[in-house]
Amino acid sequence: MNPTNWFEESHSKMPKLWWWILVGIFIIGGLILPMFTEIDVHLDMSIIFIFALLSLSMGFLWGYGGMLSFGQTIFFGLGGYTYAIWALNFQETTFGLILAVCVPLLVSCGLGYFMIYGRISNIYFTVTTLVTTIVLEKAVRATSDDRFVIGSVRLKGQNGISSVPDLQIPWNPDETLFLTGVYYVTFVALFLTYIGLRMLLITHFGRVLVSIRENENRTELLGYDTRRYKLGAFVISGGIAGLAGALYGIWGNFVAPEMMNLNSAANIVMYVIVGGKSTLIGPILGTAVVQRVTTELGMAGVGQVTLYLGLMLIIFVMVFPRGILPTLGTLTFITFHKIKNYYKNNFDKGDKRG
Amino acid sequence: MNELIIYLYQIAFSLGLFILISLGLAIIFGMMGVINLAQGEFIMLGAYFCLFSMQAGFPFWASVILASLGVGVFGIIVERLLIRFLYGRIMDTLLATWGLSLFMVGLVTTVFGPSEAGVEAQLGKIWFGDYSIATYNLVLILLAFVMLGLTYCLWRFTKFGLIVRGTMQNPKMSAAMGINTKRYYMLTFGLGSALTGFAGAMIAPIVGNQPTMGVFYVAKAFITVISGGQLPLLGTFIASTIFGITDGIISFASTQVVGEICVLLVAILLLRLLPKGITGRFKRGF
Amino acid sequence: MSLLMNRRKFFHTATGALVMASSASVLKAAGADGEPIRIANILDRTGGLNIYSLKQIQAVSMAVEEINAAGGLLGRPIELVFYDSQSNNQMNSQYMTQALVRDKAAAVFAGVTSSSREVMRPIAKKFRGLLFYNSMYEGGVCDKRHVCVAQVPAQQLAPLVPAVVESYGKKAFIIGADYVYPHTTAKWIQKYTREAGGEDIGVEFFPLDVSNFGPVISRIQAAKPDVVWSVLVGSANNAFYRQYESTVGKANIPLASCMFGIGREQVYMSADEAAGIMNTTPFHDDLPTDKAQEFVRNFKAYSGEDDYVGDYAEYGYRGVNIWANAVKKAGDPNPDAVIAALDGVQFDSPGGMVTIDGQTNHAVMDIHRVITNRNQSWDHIETYSQIQPLDTQAVCDLNANPNDNKQYFLEL
Repeated sequence: MNPTNWFEESHSKMPKLWWWILVGIFIIGGLILPMFTEIDVHLDMSIIFIFALLSLSMGFLWGYGGMLSFGQTIFFGLGGYTYAIWALNFQETTFGLILAVCVPLLVSCGLGYFMIYGRISNIYFTVTTLVTTIVLEKAVRATSDDRFVIGSVRLKGQNGISSVPDLQIPWNPDETLFLTGVYYVTFVALFLTYIGLRMLLITHFGRVLVSIRENENRTELLGYDTRRYKLGAFVISGGIAGLAGALYGIWGNFVAPEMMNLNSAANIVMYVIVGGKSTLIGPILGTAVVQRVTTELGMAGVGQVTLYLGLMLIIFVMVFPRGILPTLGTLTFITFHKIKNYYKNNFDKGDKRG
Repeated sequence: MNELIIYLYQIAFSLGLFILISLGLAIIFGMMGVINLAQGEFIMLGAYFCLFSMQAGFPFWASVILASLGVGVFGIIVERLLIRFLYGRIMDTLLATWGLSLFMVGLVTTVFGPSEAGVEAQLGKIWFGDYSIATYNLVLILLAFVMLGLTYCLWRFTKFGLIVRGTMQNPKMSAAMGINTKRYYMLTFGLGSALTGFAGAMIAPIVGNQPTMGVFYVAKAFITVISGGQLPLLGTFIASTIFGITDGIISFASTQVVGEICVLLVAILLLRLLPKGITGRFKRGF
Repeated sequence: MSLLMNRRKFFHTATGALVMASSASVLKAAGADGEPIRIANILDRTGGLNIYSLKQIQAVSMAVEEINAAGGLLGRPIELVFYDSQSNNQMNSQYMTQALVRDKAAAVFAGVTSSSREVMRPIAKKFRGLLFYNSMYEGGVCDKRHVCVAQVPAQQLAPLVPAVVESYGKKAFIIGADYVYPHTTAKWIQKYTREAGGEDIGVEFFPLDVSNFGPVISRIQAAKPDVVWSVLVGSANNAFYRQYESTVGKANIPLASCMFGIGREQVYMSADEAAGIMNTTPFHDDLPTDKAQEFVRNFKAYSGEDDYVGDYAEYGYRGVNIWANAVKKAGDPNPDAVIAALDGVQFDSPGGMVTIDGQTNHAVMDIHRVITNRNQSWDHIETYSQIQPLDTQAVCDLNANPNDNKQYFLEL
């Protein structure tokens, strides 16, 4: 076991019992939280879950696929807009939600194929994803004129689409999910995705993916078609980002081009850096921390929030390049082993001092 | 005929602008593989320094020079405090400089407020029939090429340029020959920053000063440098030409938005066809 | 800028929001005691949109201070909670919900952009609150829980366009920012221009981050209009005025604008670049009435800043005061009671008499035609009295449909 990445190695095996217990506790905690808090807390928590989902997609792609994508916001925006346009046109949201995941899956397949099979990698891959999200944002922002209509829904460019319908309960379309309902949906989506990805990493696919991240050439020489695995990871994270986008539309009842702009793209990267890209929990934690800090700073009136965010990002890159969680993990490991050795040296029965 | 002149002018202006905003970044990227995402904020800083020195009484062109020097010094400070710890870690420099850009925007907004009075450099107009062109814009185009040319001369004909080129091609060998590579990295970063500051000061009279003005340029500078590939001067020139022609023609014939989107799409296409940039396969040159 | 506080105290409630209340001694002296009435103000103090909000934030708190110093509202002090939405729409959602659920605000004064308003209106409906939207927009919102005290396009343009056609000529070239408000405004300009016997020979829109207007200026020169209308918004778009002056010049083709000045743009430009643009506005600093001048003096003293105040500050001030008058008329700060009492509520604001039109919850107000001068301010030309919000009245009737909750877009 290695002090710096003991928890990373463990990701390729079935999780141990303590993991299941912790997850169980969090799930139960999350499910009963609404009973003890007010509605606006549910709202705040849901948006954290939604961005955590988006960060998770980005962190998975980067941390385990080795691809730094600034473009998860492409699928975030596509998912949100698809849901909004479908739901407003047909007053039906269940299929809308499914479609809102499928459209990003398709687009990520196309975009991924273009990039990955074109052997675009590293910084050029990142730039291409960045440019694509900017292009999409500019294109959607230019739809303010009233001739840009899909079905009966006007795209309204920069303003975005408001009055996006609440999610209907599939078996009872007259009932819709209100604030607390949205909380449950986003929470369930988040932990199911997390568990799903965790299990994915144990499978053959997951382990080849990690080996590609470690050394693509070597993996290829071992006979694997790395492009297929990379494309698979890209598509999966695209789908997750699309789901997050649809949930965002449900959360605030609005979607807008700012979901896809440079700022949003970079924010996601920041969440993942702060939390650490080498775990799956990292992005979730990073999102929670930065979102909370942003909201609190906004209420405390300390002035320009970007100043503090920028400083935070610099500090994290320089001092904690692997993020909070791995750093904490390393500290825990070192402390734990120091204690273990101390006891072993001083209190072990097989005393060798005499 | 007049329309043709205007088309040529739009292309030249777009091209000149691309060269101006990317030149500094290209040198830094070509030399050290550092992507400075705070490029836009360095431009903004150049514009603000120009404004301050004009408020202090200096004439416009002197202020431009002062602004370049000021941003150059700032660049050296940033390099010492931040960049030099991150050489070789291209992703980390990307992210750290993004943090720097957020910080700079926040700082300038806090200290100077969300907008500022602009600078003026009225040089009159030139008329072609029904059309007129601001003389200043023509001067800007000219100076963009002059800067490119000066940098080329610096690279090709001076000892400094020789050492810089050598260090770019093979840092370890240069170090083995006794060159203090760290010092040259610092100086190169300073030079790149100074060029960027110059760009900012030149742009200021056209667009005005506000803390977020840099954001509009960073993506353009970024794609120009990346598409250009590893040779900073040649790559920047070729990429700027391609994008300048695209932008100039389409923006004038259609709308600005379509022009911008086309430039970005062309960039993606270039990256797909030439994954290491335009000059990625060039063995020689700069 | 700083929010100066000398007789107020700032304290943080459990929610962490900024709460301002007049100090206890002031309230006692004024005779305002009892359970405070809470209102919320959600605006962008930071971020790119703050150029519109900064003065309004101070104006709102000044209005609250004045009311408290005069004895409070229904004998009770007003407590103001402020949230900085950081030019981020997501924050608007969160803070609006918090203001209604946790602070139980009797009224929320919020929103600059249309998209922020559209995000907050459904929340006002969900929690039975009251939203005062103190900002110019494209018109058409029909919602009893929403009140707009600023001008809408028909009010602004009906007096301005004919005057422009008469002063400058019949051929108009219109450029605007690419989002819904300028698109709607451009349509009104086209309509009124044609009605005045003119024609629009070109209409173009630009995203908010465009700062290079070279190509369109060349196209304008090719089209040879008599006047160029600018419905451009935001700091990047302001580059247009500089580039226009250095290329064409207002002396050759004059400029008119219904947006210039709302971000106090003339303060940041040279006299050459800013002077000579015609506009209409419900308020400007050089309005030659006693009320206007008194407001400007008081505001400058309150804020400690000496620069141009502007109409957005005045909207915030009149918004709070209209709400206060509505509360007095209703006798009860509860939102539903206030909503029922809104029709006909008046306030003699610094810009002129403002009356709420119960049919639309928009305001009837005086409109002033102005032209920029070389001193970073406006020269007053003439005043048009009590202009109705005709565009919204054409599509909205809250008396007939009190549960209407939509924004209508006029087919023009």
